[in-house]
Amino acid sequence: MSTPTASLPSPAPAPAPGRSLAAWWQAMPLTTVFVLFFLIPLALILMVSFWDFNEYELLPGFTLKNYFSIFEGCGNTSDLCVTFKTYLSTFKFSFLVWLITLVTGFAVSYFLAFHVRSQGVQTLLFVLCTIPFWTSNVIRMISWVPLLGRNGLVNQSLAGLGVVNQPIEWLLFSDFSVVLAFVHLYTMFMIVPIFNSMMRIDRNLIEAASDSGASAWQTLWNVIVPLSRTGIIIGSIFVITIVMGDFVTIGVMGGQQIASIGKIIQVQTSYLQFPLAAANAVILLALVLMIIWALTRMVDIRKEL
Amino acid sequence: MNSDKRTAGFWFLAAFFALFVLFLYGPMFVIVVLSFQGPEGGLTFPLRGVSLHWFYKLAEGLGVVDIGTALRRSLGLGLAVMAFTVVLSVLAGLAFRKKLAGANTLFFVVVASLIMPSIIVSLGIGLEFRLLDTGIKKVLEVFGMTGTLEGYGTALGLFTSALGAHLTWTLPFGLLIMFAVFNRFNPAYEEAARDLGATPWQGFRHVVLPLIAPSVVGIGMFGFTLSWDEIARTSQAIGDVNTLPLELQGLTTTVTTPSIYALGTVTTVVSLLVMALALGLAWWLDRRQKKGTR
Repeated sequence: MSTPTASLPSPAPAPAPGRSLAAWWQAMPLTTVFVLFFLIPLALILMVSFWDFNEYELLPGFTLKNYFSIFEGCGNTSDLCVTFKTYLSTFKFSFLVWLITLVTGFAVSYFLAFHVRSQGVQTLLFVLCTIPFWTSNVIRMISWVPLLGRNGLVNQSLAGLGVVNQPIEWLLFSDFSVVLAFVHLYTMFMIVPIFNSMMRIDRNLIEAASDSGASAWQTLWNVIVPLSRTGIIIGSIFVITIVMGDFVTIGVMGGQQIASIGKIIQVQTSYLQFPLAAANAVILLALVLMIIWALTRMVDIRKEL
Repeated sequence: MNSDKRTAGFWFLAAFFALFVLFLYGPMFVIVVLSFQGPEGGLTFPLRGVSLHWFYKLAEGLGVVDIGTALRRSLGLGLAVMAFTVVLSVLAGLAFRKKLAGANTLFFVVVASLIMPSIIVSLGIGLEFRLLDTGIKKVLEVFGMTGTLEGYGTALGLFTSALGAHLTWTLPFGLLIMFAVFNRFNPAYEEAARDLGATPWQGFRHVVLPLIAPSVVGIGMFGFTLSWDEIARTSQAIGDVNTLPLELQGLTTTVTTPSIYALGTVTTVVSLLVMALALGLAWWLDRRQKKGTR
């Protein structure tokens, strides 16, 4: 199967005159879907974030009330306000998950791309890594319960070996289990683009490096890492944006005890506080866009050097 | 690296890879095993007997949740998403091969949709349809259609808002696959067909489509399985009804019997079946097409 990362196709050689109208009609249905279900909704979020509301309806108008109420108490330096605390916790999860998935994804891709010699075996192992992506995330989350729970396999084994007297409580419904589940669910998003980049590296470059006397580490750091950069950045963008907006994984694996921005938005919509939720969404979106912008800048800056 | 002797690095990475695969599949395997427990079984090991007890329990329903209805809803939505994803992705893929005004903008929007936090898309679509409801009710009021007004519920639903929400997630995958396909596609076949007097439709139907058919099946599989397991984009955009993954998410906090593992086993089997069917079909189409060209 083809990997879901590709660049724009090179324009068809000299398109026949009059074909651009046909192209317009062919792109029309897809464009309509994204206008109706992506662009208009985003515009509405921005609009409604400035609206007022009461218990049962939205009140059109213009107010900054929602934004003020999100940052209420945030001027206080001695004690962090709820919003900042939530963002800090979300950043912490993003960073940890990003770091772990990056290292794991890079190592797995490197093994597949440079150590597995037979192309058939390579494809097989790659597909093996991607299959779990197609099964339900919630199922994959709760599959940790029999392992990490109070009477789970890990605790039973540790108790059996006499390592612990009491079951370890922090294994499940904790920061640990949240990070573990994220890594379990989303390392694939790192593997696919990084593997894709690595497969495009000209193998002669590596031979040249080793002929010039570079050690394996030097080749890795000076040749392979820079050339896998695009894949690393794409994978990082995926993982970071997923974790930043997540509310399902943090909810299920955190035992509904850990706050996240996504969760705040979800709770607010369930109380029909749409303008508040919209304002939160706008702030989250701005942050995510800033992170993506910074990441893509990193690519371009190095390309220019 | 090209030396014949395996280095220490190879063995270290091979071990790491093996551990990673174990990490990916181990927990899944555990819940499949635990779902076949006897009636005495609990959420953790040891395994107490072997039976289909928890699958029967699942079929009877879990508390207030109607699993059968949710399953049929998810199947229906998945099939609709699959059909739309295939048709729209192939059409757009063809469009991108030609001179298309705004091609870069459209590509940017599609990629933006892929990396947009799902909760934001979901909230936006939910809002859109709620505002639409308000608008429709106003219009009905103005025209004095009180009967229709009282009967009117909401425009939010499985095949309106939820379908749209799923498409914002499946279409980017579909389009990227089409790009990958057409990057490797040799236009000489089409030109030959055109030179022989084929209309654009004939060229597509008899030349292009058979060549891209295996990938099109792949797009269908992406569409169905992504929709089948989708939660985040559906959560705010579906209204009063629930799909299977949404029910499942709710059940994680309330159900404390292995029947939730049985449900996990069932949904996983459906995902894997769809994948196996798609891969088999793609392989068959590929083989048939190769036979034809030989």
